[in-house]
Amino acid sequence: MALKSTTDATFADDVLLSEKPVLVDFWATWCGPCRKVAPILEEIAAQYGDKIEVVKLDTDENQHTAAQYGVVSIPTLNVYVKGQVVKSIIGAHPKPKLLRELEEFIG
Amino acid sequence: MSDVRNVIIIGSGPAGYTAAVYAARANLAPLVFEGAVTAGGALMNTTEVENFPGFRDGIMGPDLMENMRAQAERFGAELVTDDVTAVSLDGDIKTVTDGEGTVHRARAVILAMGSAYRELGLPNEKELSGHGVSWCATCDGFFFRDQDIAVVGGGDSAIEEATFLTKFARTVTIIHRRDELRASKIMADRALSNDKIRFAWNSEVAEIHGDGKLTGVTLRDTQTGETRALAVTGLFVAIGHDPRNELLRTGEAAEVALDEAGYVLVDGRSTRTNVPGVFACGDLVDHTYRQAITAAGSGCSAALDAEHYLAALVDTSTPTAAAAEARRIDESDPVEEPAEGALSAATSALFTTTVVGRHS
Repeated sequence: MALKSTTDATFADDVLLSEKPVLVDFWATWCGPCRKVAPILEEIAAQYGDKIEVVKLDTDENQHTAAQYGVVSIPTLNVYVKGQVVKSIIGAHPKPKLLRELEEFIG
Repeated sequence: MSDVRNVIIIGSGPAGYTAAVYAARANLAPLVFEGAVTAGGALMNTTEVENFPGFRDGIMGPDLMENMRAQAERFGAELVTDDVTAVSLDGDIKTVTDGEGTVHRARAVILAMGSAYRELGLPNEKELSGHGVSWCATCDGFFFRDQDIAVVGGGDSAIEEATFLTKFARTVTIIHRRDELRASKIMADRALSNDKIRFAWNSEVAEIHGDGKLTGVTLRDTQTGETRALAVTGLFVAIGHDPRNELLRTGEAAEVALDEAGYVLVDGRSTRTNVPGVFACGDLVDHTYRQAITAAGSGCSAALDAEHYLAALVDTSTPTAAAAEARRIDESDPVEEPAEGALSAATSALFTTTVVGRHS
């Protein structure tokens, strides 16, 4: 299942105003580790989609949002609850570690 | 518990994939653990690779690795994008436990876990990691457009990163402990003639500054001890690598013999470790060369050594424990168990012959 993409234009609607927690994957096409994380996030979205939304944001095409949240390293995975960043996971991590980090949202 | 395989390969850089190509072509049906997020190894985070023979115009690191992967797969290697969490390597049948807890068994194991980047070991380094401190220029360079940044290190990877980062940054300062670069001449010349690159010679990073994001570093002169401030918003660390041997050090004693620096010891020019049936290759064993092509070469050697070892298990005319076990597990040609005395004598003979000439 491909992840939904969000953009500078739709970020407020897709993420900030969401009822559910939203995990945003800040990524770019040139980033090797990002490509490793994507399939793991797809699995997490498929398994826990009822509890957390998972969307991706191409930092190359949506520099405004990336800059606004101070993203200078990718992959960065931010979790937003009611419009606020409540968790930030930087770098590529194996699935078990990501699940542990996300436990409070999917447990 | 799964069937006993011929060979399991742990790692997926040039060493692991080359071992997989050779082992697959020898009909050994290798199982390759590529790593959950490290698949493809260090070259996945590089850009242009200009010194891998056969690619006269160069090739992107990730493309080279994708090609090697596809080549291994084409000949029947089974590739698994998962980490290995534990190994047990002594005995005739080795076990390898994956990230989901499944235990895989094999008669031979090829270790090709490579190396991991070295950290500076300074306070604040972890906190600012991902907030200005970075180990991946190709991932993060883009975010430092028109900014002043620095690269720590003087080897090929540091110089490659610095040169790459000039595409984005206003200036790149190379911080190096000595007064000349370790990098190859062609790379060094490229950096020395680049207008955007500056040099802080005889300098090391003493402190990293910033609260929430990097604002600068304090440099210490390695000759005089004097310190000075350097304002940078990005710090790319490329000061070398250490062998990724954690998997071998989970118990009290290491699973295979390591040297003082943590590299796996191998027998002479072979890839044989001190444990029969366990072979090691690539950056995990290499203090000296650490190139994609040398890693690939040693991966080839490891597959050939493993093939030779497995053939000896099957072909041996005296019924050794290993051969008996191998046949029993194959269940293709059931053999009678030798008497217990004969078995242990044969076992000790096998180990004596294999161990002689090692690191004794």
